[in-house]
Amino acid sequence: MSTTATRAGFPTAERHRSGSRPKRHYGTHIFLTAMAVMWLIPLGWALFTALRPIASTNEHGYFSIAGEFNFDNFVQAWTQGGIAKYFWNSVIISVPAVLLVLFLSSMMAFAVSRVSWKFNVTLLIMFTAGNLLPPQVLAAPLFEMAKHFEVPYAFSDSGNMLNTYIVVIAVNTAFQMGFCTFVLSNYMKALSPDLTEAALVDGAGIWRQYREIIMPLCRPAFAALGTLEVIFIYNDYFWPLIFIQSGDRLPVTTAINNLQGEFLNDYNLLAAGAVITVIPTLIVYLLLQRQFVAGLTLGSSKG
Amino acid sequence: MSTTARDLVPPESRAPSGAQARGVKSGKVRRLSKRDKIVLSFMVGIPTLIQLVFVWLPTLMSIALSFMRWNGLALTDIRPAGLDNYQYISQDYPPFWPAMQHNLLWLAFLALVATPLGLLLAVLLDQQIRGSKIYQSIFFAPVMLSLALIGIIWQLFYQRDNGLLNFLLGTSGTPQAVDWFGDSSVNIWAALIAATWRHAGYVMLLYLAGLKGVDPSLKEAAAIDGANAVQTFFRVVFPAMRPINIVIVVITIIESLRAFDVVYVINRGTNGLELISALVIQNLVGEGQVIGVGSALAVVLLVISLVPIVFYLSRTFGKENKA
Repeated sequence: MSTTATRAGFPTAERHRSGSRPKRHYGTHIFLTAMAVMWLIPLGWALFTALRPIASTNEHGYFSIAGEFNFDNFVQAWTQGGIAKYFWNSVIISVPAVLLVLFLSSMMAFAVSRVSWKFNVTLLIMFTAGNLLPPQVLAAPLFEMAKHFEVPYAFSDSGNMLNTYIVVIAVNTAFQMGFCTFVLSNYMKALSPDLTEAALVDGAGIWRQYREIIMPLCRPAFAALGTLEVIFIYNDYFWPLIFIQSGDRLPVTTAINNLQGEFLNDYNLLAAGAVITVIPTLIVYLLLQRQFVAGLTLGSSKG
Repeated sequence: MSTTARDLVPPESRAPSGAQARGVKSGKVRRLSKRDKIVLSFMVGIPTLIQLVFVWLPTLMSIALSFMRWNGLALTDIRPAGLDNYQYISQDYPPFWPAMQHNLLWLAFLALVATPLGLLLAVLLDQQIRGSKIYQSIFFAPVMLSLALIGIIWQLFYQRDNGLLNFLLGTSGTPQAVDWFGDSSVNIWAALIAATWRHAGYVMLLYLAGLKGVDPSLKEAAAIDGANAVQTFFRVVFPAMRPINIVIVVITIIESLRAFDVVYVINRGTNGLELISALVIQNLVGEGQVIGVGSALAVVLLVISLVPIVFYLSRTFGKENKA
């Protein structure tokens, strides 16, 4: 992008440069290709291992292309490893968490960016700082809070909030809210003040300004943040590890670690499990890469 | 988990100008009706309450519990312990100092290897070279993966008997074969390579955005003055990316303090892979919960983390407060 601008803006300088030493980038390509190959090896090796039945690796060794290639390991990991159930657990956790994060942060961001009152900067700092803490700092008290928060057995079979999805959803929501509030408030601050001015003249209250004027304008930011948060929460390993004790309630990212024990020494099966876990992220990556990248760099490239 | 720091946005790119925003706000305040105030207090109150209960209250409780002795059972068993927990971790808890060293090593490796590598990739890919998008996608792919999964994928690569690395080194099946994640003299380095795989791609992405934001006329001016590409980069382009540089510094420090998933997946952060974050969790789960000791470790982690957090916040919000 910057180079295009250069060409348009400074034709003389560009001509001078390209005339004196044409850029071929051979060295760059050799370096980048070498790096790219190294980058792909771990994933490629996992996929290669996953596609070979254990029988052929036992017979021919892991470092051979002899024998069959098929999807048996994937089928077996899916059924025997219970991955379908883990995926569903991931959905149960991620979907409400992402919706809650976006809803709550958009309200908070609206209040701190479009309305002036005494503590809005203080609150924004508090939200941003909260998101930067290492989660391990909060783990022990949160675990004890969940353990000592007693609820009827009809509601939770542990008699407290441990082992429930609600606590994982709530903590994920609280933890991700800081980042989303920060990004959305920057986004909202950049929207023209005239937008809500006009609404004010029409007598629109705060809620209508938020709901009917600001929300629709924030759609691009929601798309980017939504994609990002789905990946973040799907990839979250830590909170379910702390709160969920029964293995069959774990989301897939945390559960995959147990497969290491379950598929003892059947590396082909473990590899298949790992590859299956990558698939949802890969789909998001291929379909929504632009949104994901936009989310990560939101603000750093001015929106 | 690794989530957060990746989320920083440079301060300079924030709201265009305080002036126009302030103008509106002061206009608006006068016109807030009673109903608007109630609506607003809900819009602020609910998120703030959630944030306080699930983030800040536990942080304060961690600090309080670090001065207590408790087995995590009945609340009435909590006993004051003064500084005993801190004395214990610093003098009698063998994994503490190795963990501090490993966290420091983690930071040094990310700062000196992973981050510069990401910057180098970004600079190379920012030129108009063929296939730039394909390279970008490849280097960026690990950023999409969870660190827990990265631990497993690299486990397959690093294994002693059937791992690809030992095969490539020709040591597979011989007594010289190295169990890269199991051998306590090398496993921290093996884990750092796996972490770099992800961190470099992330840094690359942020710097690609940063490089696009650098005014091209700066480069042109430097070229006219006779600066070569390397000089132009270090004297002109790199300093011009100051906002991104700050974000990257903060991310690098915070990621090294948050490092947890990779080592926990490998061996729960033991045998050469001790990290403060993993020690916190070891004292919380598993046999004999020692909440006080775990909390003291958490406070150590908190105090160290506050350095980059305060640095970042003062950079980001400093101007706003003065205004």
